[in-house]
Amino acid sequence: MRIAGKGLVDRNTPVGFRFDGKDYTGFQGDTLASALLASGVRVFGRSFKYHRPRGVMTAGSEEPCALVTIGRGAAQVPNVRATVQEIHAALDARGQNAWPSVNVDLMAMNDLFSPFFSAGFYYKTFMWPRKFWESLYEPAIRRAAGLGALSRKHNEDHYEKAYAFCDLLVVGSGPAGLMAALAAGRAGADVILAEEDHVMGGRLLAEMQEVAGQPGADWAAGVLAELATMPNVRLMTRTSITGAYDGGTFGALERVGLHLARPPMDLPQECFWRIVAKRAILATGAHERPIAFPNNDRPGVMMAGAVRAYLNRFGVAPGQTVAVFGNNDDAHRTVRDLKAAGVKVSALIDVREEATAPDGATLHAGAQVVDTVGRKGLREVVIADRSGQITRIPCDCLAISGGWNPALHLACHMNGRPVWREEIAAFVPQPGMVPGLAVAGAANGTFSTQACLAEGLEAAKAALSELGRKAKAVDLPQAEDGAYRLRAFWEVRGGKHRAWLDFSNDVTTKDVRLAAQENYRSVEHMKRYTTQGMAPDQGKNSNVAALAVLADATGRGIPETGITTFRPPYVPISVAALGAGGQGAGFAPQRFTTSHQASVERGAPMVEAGLWYRPSYFPRPGDQSWLDACNREVGFVRDRVGVCDVSTLGKIDIQGADAGRFLDLVYTNTFSTLKPGRVRYGLMLREDGMVMDDGTTACLAEGHYLMTTTTAAAGQVMRHLDFVAQAHCPAWDVHMISATEQWAQFAVAGPLARELLNTLLEEPVDGDTVPFLGVAPVRVMGVAGRLFRISFSGELGYEIAVPARYGAALYRDLVARAENLGGGAYGMEALNVLRIEKGFITHAEIHGRVTAFDIGLQGMVSAKKDCIGKGASTRPGLSGPEREQMVGLKPVPGSKSIGAGAHLFDEGAEPVRVNDQGYVTSVCWSPTLNSHLGLGFLINGRARIGTRVRLVDHLRKTDVICEVVHPVFFDPEGGRARG
Amino acid sequence: MRYSGLSVLKEGLFGNKGWKPAWREPEPKAEYDVIIIGGGGHGLATAYYLAKNHGITNVAVLEKGYLGSGNVGRNTTIVRANYFLSGNSEFYSHSLKLWEGLELDLNYNVMHSQRGILNLFHSDGQRDAAARRGNAMVNQGDDAELLDREAVRRMVPYLDFEQTRFPIYGGLLHRRGGTARHDAVAWGFARGADMRGVDLIQNCEVTGIDIQDGRVRGVQTTRGPIRAKKVGIVAAGRSGQVAAMAGMRLPIESHVLQAFVTEGLKPVIDHVVTYGMGHFYISQSDKGGLVFGGDLDFYASYAARGNLPMLEHVMEAGMTLMPMIGKAKILRSWGGIVDMTPDGSPIIDRTDVGGLFVDCGWNYGGFKATPASGWCMAHLMATGEPHEVARRFRLDRFLTGHLLDEEGTGSQHNLH
Amino acid sequence: MRITCPLCGARDRREFTYYGASVYADRPAEGAAPEVWDDYLHLRDNPAGEITDLWYHELGCSAWIEVTRNTVTHAISATRLLADRATPTKKGARS
Repeated sequence: MRIAGKGLVDRNTPVGFRFDGKDYTGFQGDTLASALLASGVRVFGRSFKYHRPRGVMTAGSEEPCALVTIGRGAAQVPNVRATVQEIHAALDARGQNAWPSVNVDLMAMNDLFSPFFSAGFYYKTFMWPRKFWESLYEPAIRRAAGLGALSRKHNEDHYEKAYAFCDLLVVGSGPAGLMAALAAGRAGADVILAEEDHVMGGRLLAEMQEVAGQPGADWAAGVLAELATMPNVRLMTRTSITGAYDGGTFGALERVGLHLARPPMDLPQECFWRIVAKRAILATGAHERPIAFPNNDRPGVMMAGAVRAYLNRFGVAPGQTVAVFGNNDDAHRTVRDLKAAGVKVSALIDVREEATAPDGATLHAGAQVVDTVGRKGLREVVIADRSGQITRIPCDCLAISGGWNPALHLACHMNGRPVWREEIAAFVPQPGMVPGLAVAGAANGTFSTQACLAEGLEAAKAALSELGRKAKAVDLPQAEDGAYRLRAFWEVRGGKHRAWLDFSNDVTTKDVRLAAQENYRSVEHMKRYTTQGMAPDQGKNSNVAALAVLADATGRGIPETGITTFRPPYVPISVAALGAGGQGAGFAPQRFTTSHQASVERGAPMVEAGLWYRPSYFPRPGDQSWLDACNREVGFVRDRVGVCDVSTLGKIDIQGADAGRFLDLVYTNTFSTLKPGRVRYGLMLREDGMVMDDGTTACLAEGHYLMTTTTAAAGQVMRHLDFVAQAHCPAWDVHMISATEQWAQFAVAGPLARELLNTLLEEPVDGDTVPFLGVAPVRVMGVAGRLFRISFSGELGYEIAVPARYGAALYRDLVARAENLGGGAYGMEALNVLRIEKGFITHAEIHGRVTAFDIGLQGMVSAKKDCIGKGASTRPGLSGPEREQMVGLKPVPGSKSIGAGAHLFDEGAEPVRVNDQGYVTSVCWSPTLNSHLGLGFLINGRARIGTRVRLVDHLRKTDVICEVVHPVFFDPEGGRARG
Repeated sequence: MRYSGLSVLKEGLFGNKGWKPAWREPEPKAEYDVIIIGGGGHGLATAYYLAKNHGITNVAVLEKGYLGSGNVGRNTTIVRANYFLSGNSEFYSHSLKLWEGLELDLNYNVMHSQRGILNLFHSDGQRDAAARRGNAMVNQGDDAELLDREAVRRMVPYLDFEQTRFPIYGGLLHRRGGTARHDAVAWGFARGADMRGVDLIQNCEVTGIDIQDGRVRGVQTTRGPIRAKKVGIVAAGRSGQVAAMAGMRLPIESHVLQAFVTEGLKPVIDHVVTYGMGHFYISQSDKGGLVFGGDLDFYASYAARGNLPMLEHVMEAGMTLMPMIGKAKILRSWGGIVDMTPDGSPIIDRTDVGGLFVDCGWNYGGFKATPASGWCMAHLMATGEPHEVARRFRLDRFLTGHLLDEEGTGSQHNLH
Repeated sequence: MRITCPLCGARDRREFTYYGASVYADRPAEGAAPEVWDDYLHLRDNPAGEITDLWYHELGCSAWIEVTRNTVTHAISATRLLADRATPTKKGARS
């Protein structure tokens, strides 16, 4: 029901929206809750466990009950707080966790069985028969549990993330926050004022009180107008600060497009901010807490402060006849505001015997509410006075106030523990809980408006002083400065009905007492056993009362009982906002070689190689499968000439007088003896003695080397080299930089490789100018490049490198020339076959648990010098016949294909773990040798060459006998590469 | 008292007044046969199996906070036996078999749910590695299946098969893998141990370990000295500090591992799904929250809280893999202190001090090990000999090089 | 978390790669006893309190940085370039 002339919503701008299939109208400035309350809607949702009808409890993000689902299709969002969601013309909201609807919910039969659904009942049953858990019990529990539902459709909305930096972050725009922002803004500090609500002002918008002689909301508007003129102040509404992290970093969620009927295309739904603040002031106010009394969960039972917010800010009376129940003076303020607005107040029930009646109200001092009536909407409350005399009071709304809990959550995010303050019966933060963060106003347990203003100002002054800034004069306005008087009161005892603590999760005082009875007495045990405080509101409304009940049940005080840990986020954050940018290809960068386009044009499937994309094979018309292409490309290299982009290999340029010495330290073999113009294969260990990587390093000139790494380990090797240089030899003259992106490099391999190259090199090469394992500067079509005589295929092979900007052109030219010679481009599949035929390793073999000994390269570990990994590699467990050693595997003729990942056993042995002799790492079909080939690791493998093993792949149903052979299947003498 | 459907009915009819304490609240005695330092999952399981399997009941579990306050109460609840290396394989296989009988053994519903774990792979190389591991699982007698892309699509159609950064090639499915209700595991073992006479002593911090002539004699605690013939250190992230009381340095660095949960949702994810190209795995709890795990924050920490980078990474991975979870809202994030060994595998072993044993180094995977860890530690402490499925979890394996580096990232602290 | 790179200033933790306790920079001499290598590679004080550890400004200037940091509060009290240390010690040298 709207009250004429009340509130801050724009009565000139009506806004239509839908709820549960019906059309409603509210006003610009309304939340879904205020607009529906104004329209007389009472049931917003159903509770988690018992499916009891639930209305609106609060007017903020802490709402435990009025959770709805909005949107349709992929835009469906569950668990939206009706108290936060602004209405707009496209808003389509509905109740959730109910079937068929929140008004008629068949699941409500759960409520009848509540005696058997006591805290933790599921730990005591559903155990037998065992198979029934997955098939029967668990599915039933899962179906009953949960709140709203996801659409199961891919997200189609846009979300963003951003960083912001400031001198001072002010969290909350109530009296304390506004004063702090004003003082800091005037002093010239870079200020961010963040407010979770869509309007700034905090409780000043919800209360009828004056600041500086004008209505509080007007004073706030004046301050905001001044702040808006300051270029050094950023005002962020609809922005919840969600977490306090190390180094002055705060998480923040801004609702950017959620309140708009037709958000512009470029606007995200939400933006997740990382705000780095030199100082911060927490002015988040406080949460009013309910009182536990029998059947206190009826729609219409609402926090007193929320009743005032709906009345004063939205001009909505949440009921025709309101009763008020409380233990403190705020309850009286509620009566005053309601009466002033002309709303009927049927009773004020104050648990304090000494309470005095405000003007014209019927006071029941020392009385308590002992029951309520009205399943889908409150009709009356039953009260008992001091003598036990029962009175029934008609009302359709009961405003309750059990006092206020400071909203100190962010102050506790870094493990600081709050302290109990007896006179306000609440936990308050201690100074220094988050470095650089001060707490002011109600969040600090300071409840008069005057004191909040003063604390905000003082906190700003202190922050400015720490920031080295001088505060400008700011007058402290006059405001209400009444004492906050309350008597701690948590629960009405003795009723036979359930009294709710956690409204979302359906936790009652009985559950907490049962936990204590069963010795789940630690506050953490109680929480976990009953699920108290684990619902969407994370106990903001209920934790303190629950631990008070636990303290009572266990005969302890509240401070000794303690409180559970406050964890981020302060309000829930959508996965899409936290993961903004990750959807689709955005999850990781994409790296493209210069030949990418040319490969795509040739129809090559591009496959991921780390962050890179490389061509898998180059199909031609008439191919039956990828294998035809692969076989053809292997043939190019073995018989004619093939071209392959190898630019993805890591290239590290290393220079300095001590560069050779440095390479000696990082490689197992010696590089300081490598002459300019020569290339050497090197093996690199981790300090734990395992093989890290392999590759070639060329000596380009005295003190100038170019190292190549595998594609996979390029980053790791760079990091490692930097570490070795800076940690172990900082005084040496050695410098290095990654040049991977700067050079395009192409393998030209096959018997006709030299012939091909000499058609485009300005100075032709022969076997003497660039011998095997040689390097020389070349000019190719007017461009200075480098020519390496190295081979990963076992054929006469070169790699030609040019600055990356010439890569695309050179690649096309090389492929065209190769095709003229009867060869062509080859892809990763052929490259893999070629290297397996030659027994060359990749990270399939050097998978991190492999030593130089295991791959038969122990001879490459120089005895004459130290190197990284040498010390640890001498451990007895890292060499010897019990190690799995690399071997070649050749299925006996006629066998079907083998797969990598198969395991090896003795012939005739049962394929079980205790008989496991090794495994296969790489396989291929070799068109060269007309056989399947495999590389693998076999216990004492080198000694078993010539014997046979059983290869079993359970998963792919393969079981074949293989001959154990030397891992170099083809051209073991290596004559072809040298030729 | 025995729990059953009948007892729930009976108590429900009579106001639930008859439920007895799940465990006693004893004062510490002056001396025990065995003291277990640490009342987390592994410590409680050790005490339980000491009593049940070995008849050793004069045992105290000393817990500085509340029972189950360590990682057993703050993990992502995954239970699996999908290891590759001999040494790990048989141990986790044994553990999974214990899980499969745990409810009936403990008379406590730990909600062990064998809903299946699907490890996705995204390249031929990853498929080979998955096959290698899956074959090892079958060799061990456990289950594994290699699914191709279409089989994965049938099983979890909500993944993004079209736009995601790293295409889904298939998955390794471990049907017997799943989840359990983590707190219930601690409580079930606690109740079982208590019923067999073990003293569970909460709010009792060990401040010193008494050693004489190379043998352990007892411990100093905030509730006074307690003598014991044998002492087991089962202190997870705090193992290093406790071992230091006995003059030992351990091959352990403590790190923070975060986890995240959303608000409750109706059933939408029916399995455990892990991503192969980023640190992301997910399941849905029986209450309806989506439970996410990622990787370490990657810095030594005892803070039991993390920072934003890993949280954001996990959510970005979720958005590229299954963008239908975008509208779910993260409700809570938390951190546990995990005891990282250089090779990523645990330690269950004697020490150089007579009567002093350690069970530690569970890295980011201790939850699924809880029953077998307790079983093997109890065996070691009772018999003096390692249990056959835990023989490789030696303290000196780093010195000798008999490493158990399942991930192959290197047996050095900075690499796991 | 923010780390002050001595060369680049305060930067987000995301720019850095972690490498564990800084004792890892003190590499044993060639031929040191196996126990020395074990100590160097594996055994750690693992303090709950102040530690110096190694961070690499990988997405920045490539500097290795020694950070003095509290493992309980995450507070960082000092950073310096690893290369600025005095001559690296060689533990366990058998000369």
